[in-house]
Amino acid sequence: MEKVALSSCIELSSRAKVLKMTKMKMFRKLVVLGIGVLAVQACVAQVPDRPKAPQDKAAAAAPRTIAPYFKPATSQPKAPDADGFLQRWMLLEPIVKPNRTNTVFTGTYVRSALNAEYFPDQFTLLPHNGQTVTVAGQELAWHALDSTGFNVKVFRFAYGLNEPTYGVLFWAVTIVNSPSEKKNIRLAVGSNSASMWWLNGEDVADLFDDRRMVMDDVISKRLTLKKGQNVLRGAVINGPGLSDFCVRFVDEDGNPIKDLSLSLPQ
Amino acid sequence: MKFDPLAAAILILLPLCVCSRAFAQLDGEPYIHDPSTVIQSDGKYYTFGTGGGGLISDDGYTWHSGAVRPGGGVAPDVIKIGDRYYVAYAVGGGGMSGGHASNVKVMWNKTLDPKSPNFEFHDVGVVASSDGVEDCDAIDPAFLYANGHLWLSYGTYFGYIRIVELDPRTGNRMAGNKAVNVAIDMEATDLLYRDGWYYLLGTHGTCCDGANSTYNIRVGRSRNPTGPYVDNMGIPLLKGGGKLVAAASGRHMGLGHFGLMDLGDGVQKFSMHYEADLDRGGRSVLDIRPLLWKDDWPVGGDDFEPGTYEIQSERSGGALELAVDFVRMDTGRRGWGPPTGPVTPVANQTLAQDSAKWPAGNIAVDLSDYMVRPHQLWTVAPVPNVGGYPGAPYFKIVIAGTDRALAATAEGEVETVPAFTGAPEQLWRIDELIDGAYRIMPKAMPNSAAPVALIAVGASTPTLTKFDPKSDKGKWNFRKP
Repeated sequence: MEKVALSSCIELSSRAKVLKMTKMKMFRKLVVLGIGVLAVQACVAQVPDRPKAPQDKAAAAAPRTIAPYFKPATSQPKAPDADGFLQRWMLLEPIVKPNRTNTVFTGTYVRSALNAEYFPDQFTLLPHNGQTVTVAGQELAWHALDSTGFNVKVFRFAYGLNEPTYGVLFWAVTIVNSPSEKKNIRLAVGSNSASMWWLNGEDVADLFDDRRMVMDDVISKRLTLKKGQNVLRGAVINGPGLSDFCVRFVDEDGNPIKDLSLSLPQ
Repeated sequence: MKFDPLAAAILILLPLCVCSRAFAQLDGEPYIHDPSTVIQSDGKYYTFGTGGGGLISDDGYTWHSGAVRPGGGVAPDVIKIGDRYYVAYAVGGGGMSGGHASNVKVMWNKTLDPKSPNFEFHDVGVVASSDGVEDCDAIDPAFLYANGHLWLSYGTYFGYIRIVELDPRTGNRMAGNKAVNVAIDMEATDLLYRDGWYYLLGTHGTCCDGANSTYNIRVGRSRNPTGPYVDNMGIPLLKGGGKLVAAASGRHMGLGHFGLMDLGDGVQKFSMHYEADLDRGGRSVLDIRPLLWKDDWPVGGDDFEPGTYEIQSERSGGALELAVDFVRMDTGRRGWGPPTGPVTPVANQTLAQDSAKWPAGNIAVDLSDYMVRPHQLWTVAPVPNVGGYPGAPYFKIVIAGTDRALAATAEGEVETVPAFTGAPEQLWRIDELIDGAYRIMPKAMPNSAAPVALIAVGASTPTLTKFDPKSDKGKWNFRKP
């Protein structure tokens, strides 16, 4: 039993303790702290009294890192993993988008939230490692990373960077290089929680509601991968809880397509 | 608009019909969240929930508060090994209080009856934990004792579901044992073992949000207790897989915290909670429902639905009926060619037409070809205030439209009596078997304490005798008329 609403309160407020950096980031954290306090007040009445387990002080105090969940992407193209999952991504530091519960992620809400413009050229930008964008006055950086697992644990990406982990929106971009034109293939996506995915600018897969990440959860209609470069872009939104996604291309029989390579804008 | 009295009556009665399903919910005050597997101790049934305390029942149908469990915490589980009841529970975690730092603790007792002189909990200590940062939140423990090994699964949506091995003699962690990751995006797990397969069950969806909770029970299986567990599509539970076992239905939302009750003789049930029982103000309540198996996968069954049925023998296909004279339906003479005049429907035989010459006293029953005749139609209805058995109340079984009731005799036979009196031999226990057929047992047979069931001893002859789960003789189907 995980009481996600209250956990968001605790997580959000604890995130606020790791303030650093710019004034804008400070402001952002304080907003998050305020939301956390309000959320705690709103949720406390629902929760029975219970004893606390002592937080492992060493674990809590350990320097944060995105390892072992991510490694820096190299300049060499990267093939999908043995099951066809795409592990190389350009990830943008999380945009704060507070939501106390994931049950608000209806199709209407998600389409509106993820089609809103947060930064210039949001649907066409091919960012390079370290490039920054400004969202609501806050500077966020892109990171060129390889996920070490089949799924891309964006919660761990945010946690490792001392960024907010709950009530957030992640943007991800990768370039899929195909040795030939591939017709009648499909994009297979799982995400926690809701997400939308665009291939070469076309909305091809939408995952709404309070979703757990399941491989091959939502499958796109039949698509064509161009010979050469294809741009795959995704946005994942989550309230409380872990955030991650897994993406691969499959053929008409559901078998993974593995003769691809992933690269990132230089 | 023309007034249709039949339609009006249906519209008026429809809400009553919907609400009548409420009967199948457990009786009493079964309010609980995150119930442990229902277990028997000293003749009573027990389950414990989050926050301490729990429920007690004398018969598995009527539940009251009163179970005692110290330690507080969340989502306990219970298992009996030898003369000990081991209780596991989590302190912290769950995204509350301590965030995701949590300890799974174990204690044991020789009885769960708080009034027993032997009632004394003994603390074993912490058997698993999460540090609040790692990809695991050590809550929702669940036991499995199989092949001499004691396993414990735990975890929630915050990272991995893990399995550790405990020492069945002490309840403590086996020396040197390391936790194994077996699933993601799951919580409220449980473990089963059956025919060489280990099953990992747990919930997907959201808990703790009343009627908006999407909790539903999923399963994967493995030949090894530590996995890898995969679902029916071959998707690993470590990649989010899980075959559906049970989800919302009727007036109940958000099923979670599966616990197996193996009642023997081919009857299995599962305990769980509904996040919201709309007939009880949307509160979280305990329920116990049949567990079926299909192609070596567990399937959540439904509560028995009261109604009017043909009761068909699995053995012969014969319909249970009053042993009375067959009354022909007069539909006139017809040729085999196309009709030469208007074609009009023929009404079913009425109860009055069929029953005109029925004896007034007791009437025997037999099995015969089903012809949709009134003497073959049985109305099955729950009987209030007479208790029940795990998950359901006792039922009366009467000829539809009458009070003529099926009853056990002192000679170990079955017959009908002119009027239902509520006597124990007229009360029936109906259990769905793991293959979907039903076992039908009288609450009591006069002059006998041995449990008996309705058995097709011959192709056309029912009697009452010991139930054999390996034989079709004691299996019945309730078919819509």
